Amino acid sequence: MATLQDRFNINSQLEHLQAKYVGTGHADLSRFEWAVNIHRDSLASYVGHHPMLAYFALAENESIGRIKYNLMQKMLLPCGLPPEKEEEG
Amino acid sequence: MADTAPSQPPQLANGTQRQGMSLAGPAQFDQDLYGQDTPYGGYVPSIGVTGDDEVEDDRDRALPNRKQYTASAATLSDLPAEEERRQGPDPTSRRIADRQDQYKQRQWAQMISPARNDAFLMGDQTPDANSRTYADVMRAQQLARERDNTLQNIADKRKQQEAEEMAGTAAADRERPTKASLGVAPAAPMAAPEAKAALKKRGNRWDQSAGADAKKQKVSDWDAPEATPAVGRWDATPGTRDDGATPGRWDATPGATPGAGATPSVAGSRWDATPTGTGATPRRNRWDETPTPGHAGSDATPGGWAGGETPAVGATPTPKRQRSRWDETPMGQTPAVGATPAAGAGMPLGMTPGATPMGGLDMATPTPSMLQPGATPTAEQYQAMRWEREVEERNRPLSDEELDSMLPCDGYKVLAPPPGYEPIRTPARKLMATPTPMGATPGYQIPAEDRGQMFDVPQELEGLPELKPEDHQYFGKLLKDVEDEQLSVEEAKERKIMKMLLKVKNGTPPQRKTALRQLTDKARDFGAGPLFNQILPLLMSPTLEDQERHLLVKVIDRILYKLDELVRPFVHKILVVIEPLLIDEDYYARVEGREIIANLSKAAGLATMIAAMRPDIDNIDEYVRNTTARAFSVVASALGIPALLPFLKAVCQSKKSWQARHTGIKIVQQISILLGCAVLPHLKALVDIVKHGLSDENQKVKTITSLTIAALAEAASPYGIESFDDVLEPLWKGIRLLRGKVLAAFLKCIGHIIPLMDAVYANYYTREVMFILVREFQTPDEEMKKIVLKVVKQCVGTEGVEPEYIRTDILGPFFANFWVRRMALDRRNYRQLVETTVELANKVGCAEVVARVVEDLKDESEPYRRMVMETIDKVVRDLGSADIDARLEELLIDGILYAFQEQVSDDANVMLNGFGTVVNSLKMRAKPYLPQICGTIKWRLNNKSAKIRQQAADLIARIAIVMKTCNEEKLLGHLGVVLYEYLGEEYPEVLGSILGALKAIVNVIGMTKMTPPIKDLLPRLTPVLKNRHEKVQENCIDLVGRIADRGAEFVPAREWMRICFELLDMLNAHKKGIRRATVNTFGYIAKAIGPQDVLVCLLNNLKVQERQNRVCTTVAIAIVAETCSPFTVLPALMNEYKVPELNVQNGVLKALSFLFEYIGEMGKDYIYAVTPLLEDALMDRDLVHRQTAASVVQHMSMGVAGLGCEDALTHLLNLVWPNVFETSPHVVNAVTGAIDGCRLALGPAYVLNYTLQGLFHPARKVRETYWRIYNNLYIGSQDALVGAYPRLADEGLNTYGRHELDLFV
Repeated sequence: MATLQDRFNINSQLEHLQAKYVGTGHADLSRFEWAVNIHRDSLASYVGHHPMLAYFALAENESIGRIKYNLMQKMLLPCGLPPEKEEEG
Repeated sequence: MADTAPSQPPQLANGTQRQGMSLAGPAQFDQDLYGQDTPYGGYVPSIGVTGDDEVEDDRDRALPNRKQYTASAATLSDLPAEEERRQGPDPTSRRIADRQDQYKQRQWAQMISPARNDAFLMGDQTPDANSRTYADVMRAQQLARERDNTLQNIADKRKQQEAEEMAGTAAADRERPTKASLGVAPAAPMAAPEAKAALKKRGNRWDQSAGADAKKQKVSDWDAPEATPAVGRWDATPGTRDDGATPGRWDATPGATPGAGATPSVAGSRWDATPTGTGATPRRNRWDETPTPGHAGSDATPGGWAGGETPAVGATPTPKRQRSRWDETPMGQTPAVGATPAAGAGMPLGMTPGATPMGGLDMATPTPSMLQPGATPTAEQYQAMRWEREVEERNRPLSDEELDSMLPCDGYKVLAPPPGYEPIRTPARKLMATPTPMGATPGYQIPAEDRGQMFDVPQELEGLPELKPEDHQYFGKLLKDVEDEQLSVEEAKERKIMKMLLKVKNGTPPQRKTALRQLTDKARDFGAGPLFNQILPLLMSPTLEDQERHLLVKVIDRILYKLDELVRPFVHKILVVIEPLLIDEDYYARVEGREIIANLSKAAGLATMIAAMRPDIDNIDEYVRNTTARAFSVVASALGIPALLPFLKAVCQSKKSWQARHTGIKIVQQISILLGCAVLPHLKALVDIVKHGLSDENQKVKTITSLTIAALAEAASPYGIESFDDVLEPLWKGIRLLRGKVLAAFLKCIGHIIPLMDAVYANYYTREVMFILVREFQTPDEEMKKIVLKVVKQCVGTEGVEPEYIRTDILGPFFANFWVRRMALDRRNYRQLVETTVELANKVGCAEVVARVVEDLKDESEPYRRMVMETIDKVVRDLGSADIDARLEELLIDGILYAFQEQVSDDANVMLNGFGTVVNSLKMRAKPYLPQICGTIKWRLNNKSAKIRQQAADLIARIAIVMKTCNEEKLLGHLGVVLYEYLGEEYPEVLGSILGALKAIVNVIGMTKMTPPIKDLLPRLTPVLKNRHEKVQENCIDLVGRIADRGAEFVPAREWMRICFELLDMLNAHKKGIRRATVNTFGYIAKAIGPQDVLVCLLNNLKVQERQNRVCTTVAIAIVAETCSPFTVLPALMNEYKVPELNVQNGVLKALSFLFEYIGEMGKDYIYAVTPLLEDALMDRDLVHRQTAASVVQHMSMGVAGLGCEDALTHLLNLVWPNVFETSPHVVNAVTGAIDGCRLALGPAYVLNYTLQGLFHPARKVRETYWRIYNNLYIGSQDALVGAYPRLADEGLNTYGRHELDLFV
């Protein structure tokens, strides 16, 4: 959380701007959450770059459409179920 | 003092200003004589020696100064200072109440009603007798209406009587007065006191209702206000209808003996059972008795009831109502009835009526106006009291000790006062008496140390802001010292709130902030009641100022959020206070008011809002209805129009009173004004709700309905014509039948609907309405005129209306009726007429309209000429002058020249613009007129009046381009020479215009052809640069810059250097445009004469103290570097960094920052050169060094991205990076920028590696900073990071590996 001091300075606008985007992080982000973001970004990036899809398709011996579908499906839980929240003091 | 002296102090070479002694100005201490090292050094030179600022400053007057003569305290307090000032609005005052006009001042007459019952909270329980329920409020409202009706009737009656009397006296000239007319005469004056008594008695009703009788009211007829429409009831009485009604009511009065009135609690006592005063026969005198015809007749005259008072006149004034609802329910004993006008006969209700006219109404929170007279003094009284005390203190008799110290001990004897002597104690008389010699001599008095008089020191409160005198009535309690333990919980709470409110109202910003936060946080603990009971009276204070109101409104806003549903009982109270904001003249106050009401409606809910405001909808006071309508529109915008529609529908169709319908329709109007095009989805519903108002029997309802439909159409424009189908017919019928105000409103409505129509319909309807409009062209009514103009404009602008039709049917009467001198006098008429005429011209063409008005350019009235000129200006600008024929052209130029020469008023812009527009639009066709125009200009340049000279010069600036187009270069050159000769002009305004004209000429004929030659012109401009007048500076620097840009070679380098020095001063100018022009000029000059000398001059300027000057200098250096290539500048600049002076070094860095910003990718050649310097700066102890160096890195890296300078940038990023933990916002900003720049130049993967170090650092402060940088990186290059993320090891059930990236073919 922002301290009292920088709540009023120009940088507060920057942080506000950053917070509007999905995928940005903060000081209390867990390893799991960060990894999920990384994975989703990566998957989205693969789907967005056709040469990447073609490469994966070649390597896995699947159709490009299937690869694309698989990647999209993976977006749902890219790293598995979230770990149990440990209560911090 | 010195800086207020009119002339500029002389400017010395070193740039400092010397304070001169002014002969004419106020006296001053001579610093040389009274400097700190003289024996008089102890004197404070800042004390005003002129003495005029001592009068008001009371706080500094703790010690007595010499005696002054003044009026007695009694006289002073009698002075109607404040009261008189309050009479008219005083726009300069900070107090809100002082600035308001009469209508807005009605806000102070509103009362904060007591808290209301919260129906939601109660559930099925019966509300307790003390809280006001909706029914109570409605009943009160009904009573008020009742009273108003009655008073109205009385007034009508009296008027009628007077009329009759007049007729009677007229008749008396011919014959003897009849008995009837005699009977009338004495009755009339009696009505007045009766009415007043009724009015005052009314006020007491609520005081009594608190008693046990409150419940009994329930059974009375009053309880069903809806069921007893005012008119309907009286209608039930047969016989004389209107005027019979009132006396009928009053008939009961003479009947009721004081005794009967005084015992209103006799159960079951019926009005009709009360023995009549005159009735010797106590017969059951029922109202529902059939009246004898004779009685009914006499009933019409008030003689009947006047007889009740004076039995001699009226023989047997038996009440003779046929049948009224009054006798259906027994209700005599309720005080409510006792308080109704029936009490007028003087029922002793045990209250002094009208001590405070609006007071007694059970007020949980008294309004200040009620408090003022008795409880606490006003500011003025406080002042007067202070005076009195002071005078008393000064004139007190000398004590024995004082006499002892003054007089020698021996040789004197104390004499006993003569017998019977009484010392005079009253200060007023003492003032009259001969003053003692001590006091009379205005010599110096040794100030006494402490004589125990603290009368002027305001009581200090521990940790609280100062109390203003007018605050005492609200915060007086805080002055009392009390032990906290002795206070009850409620009192403690009250004190606490009071303290915080005082801090919010008068405190310093930090005090205010904490108090506001505490109030917000604890709002629910305090409860709504204690909070609002203190805040709202403060807001009703007549001494409230803007700032205070803003703060208090803010408090309400904040606590509304917290209190939420707890606010319900106070909704009406808050509304009473906030509604006036909605009609405030200050925009921000209106916005604030809207915000509060919107929040209030969200907190309290629609039902509560409606319950709170419903009674006000048919309030008899127009002010209340107006503000309520506006508040309702805000509720609608907050909760959505659909939520409010059913209610609005019911209100607009109210059968009970026209006021309710009027307000309901007005709400719709306000909604459409407030919401604009957002009404579109509900347009049909809204129109349906109000449409029947067009055929209402009440004129006001009709008017507001058509205005509302107009507002709806305006808001919906250009859509939604289908919603208005239903209203078209009544509107069309209406405009044929109606006259006057209502017609105006109907026309306005049509004027707004026609633009929504299809072209065909618009044409048809325009023709229909035009015939009425043309008839109304002749109206003498101002309001009608404005509306007609507006409607013509709307209709004419519509697509389907043909030019031919306008030409034949409209133009003639339009110009005949509207283009008259009188229209130019009123600002609004003027504007409207010009707009409408321009609209007409857009349809029928330029020449048609111009030909009709051109003659009027020679009219003898100047405002009228100006109106003509403005119209021609706009028409020609819109449509060009192609269709103006030769004859018209001649007339036009002739007229314009006449109008231009004849103008005397201050506002010359209209004429100049018009002149410029017309001449420019004529282009080549203007050639024959140019010699004449120039002759006029030349002649006028020589005029004695400065204004005429200025106008002439301004005109040259406007027509220079046309003169060039017409190949009149010789003439231009000639004008240039003439202007050159006038450069000695002493009026700065004129000089500025002359420079502007020269600039225009130079621009069009070029540097080489310019006469006088540039080499003569520029040296003449150098001294003008010294001029401090803004207009002169701006025009001069533009001209010099232009010459430097285009014709620098005509002037020797030495002259340019001289100009450079002059320009440095211009960097101090207030206007940004001047500073910008100046730095650009530096660039041009440097380009012309080489950067070396200019640079030296600029680098030296980095040493000056003034920040703005230094900043501008650095910009100038950067511009010079940009225009003359960086390598000419960088060596000298970097050399300057060696100067061990903070300002200079920072200036150099700043210049580098601008430089790299301007040169962009050219920077790649200079990166390695400046890197050592930046290294040093980034490691400097001074924060500003690092900050500025970081911004250099930012601009540099962005310029060279992709140009292969990664090695240097990596090195610099390594030096920037440690600064990420700086806290100063400017440094953070610069460092973030530098890192962002490096992201571009080095690639995001590179920067990601830096950030990975700290994303999961154990210290939160580190993590926060690093995540901020990471987020910036992520937003900037999200996709590019995919390949750079680190491999994460799997953990338990979660797989973190990105296996796709491991694939290999």
